[in-house]
Amino acid sequence: MNQAQSFTLDGADVPYRPGQTIIQAALAAGRYIPHLCYHPEFKPHGSCKLCTVKVDGRDMAACTTPAAPGIAVESDTQEINDQRRMLVQMLFVEGNHFCPSCEQSGNCMLQAVAYDLGVMSPRFSHLYPSRPVDASHPEILLDFDRCILCELCIRASAEVDRKSVFALSGRGITKRLIVNAASGRLADTNLAASDKATQVCPVGVILRKGGAFAVPIGKRKYDLKPISARALEDAPRPPGARHG
Amino acid sequence: MVETKPRKLRIATTSLAGCFGCHMSFLDIDERLFDLVELVEFDRSPITDIKHCGRCDVGIIEGGVCNAENVHVLREFRVNCKILIAIGACALNGGLPAQRNHLDLRDCLQEVYATEASLSSGGIPNDPELPLPLDKVHPLHEVVKIDYFLPGCPPSGDAIWRFVNDLLAGRTPRLPHELMHYD
Repeated sequence: MNQAQSFTLDGADVPYRPGQTIIQAALAAGRYIPHLCYHPEFKPHGSCKLCTVKVDGRDMAACTTPAAPGIAVESDTQEINDQRRMLVQMLFVEGNHFCPSCEQSGNCMLQAVAYDLGVMSPRFSHLYPSRPVDASHPEILLDFDRCILCELCIRASAEVDRKSVFALSGRGITKRLIVNAASGRLADTNLAASDKATQVCPVGVILRKGGAFAVPIGKRKYDLKPISARALEDAPRPPGARHG
Repeated sequence: MVETKPRKLRIATTSLAGCFGCHMSFLDIDERLFDLVELVEFDRSPITDIKHCGRCDVGIIEGGVCNAENVHVLREFRVNCKILIAIGACALNGGLPAQRNHLDLRDCLQEVYATEASLSSGGIPNDPELPLPLDKVHPLHEVVKIDYFLPGCPPSGDAIWRFVNDLLAGRTPRLPHELMHYD
């Protein structure tokens, strides 16, 4: 019986294949759930909490919770979206996110998710941390001001590139992204510009030098389409499946 | 029966630690200004050159707070305006001026007025008429209560028009995707 292979998301049936998480099944079925640290090519991390949904009334991360038959999942509700807006606002004030002078503006997932959720204010007081830039590498620039600790670069460098160039250090509010070199400088690692780790940053930390403004602001990925639409286009789904 | 026109709303605007770019963008509503002045009148604003904010319905402020005078003006707006709107990146998060926040203020002044050879060698200005710079640049909501925020650097004329219209119609302002920008 096929009925066992589906759950409901905000009241609508979502089919799934065994082994899929809620977010994988939802995206494949053309249903967007906001997320930042989730990436279709990597094992889920469950740290940003933006994809938190209510599963039969309990708060769960949609990226780590397996889809199960008959569960009732709520995502697009006022209460959950209010929590998501607050999480995004906290990420903004914890770093130094000056969008007008950021090379990634328009391609940034944090910014795009904030647009999509209708975040109009910073709400909290800014921390203005001091996080010096690492421009030591000839091809790659690191601007730590914008790091949201999603660990995608860490996962890509360890799992795909097999280099472990990046790591997190410290705890709580002092937690930060570091470079695995005795000097702490990116130039003293074996990072190559072609590494997967250079391609997965959802914000503007890991930047390729030289081409930052090749596409002008206003014509970029999330300028043209909201992330809720782009994420569905980019979601892996079985051949022949309908797009969103 | 005598037809009564609704009272015009009184609006004040100013730029604190801003570049007046948001005011320029406000002027970008172009001929819609004619529609606007049917509904509102201006108090303190670069448009009127009134020096102090009187009793107003709406205050619109661009720029963050970088010196003592900014704090004074912002508080005057808060006292006099029923609704206060922070407009633009600098008002929301300090923007470009706030990028000095991880630097020591004395070092900044030293660099500009003493160390840098191409600039005047008159030393750090200390005229009592000059407002004292603050240690850090702050967004408006860290100093007074702000009722509405309009992001953008600057927000486009269309975004400002949409925002003001929502507000004048008594709706919570919302921006569609194409008008929502932080850059």
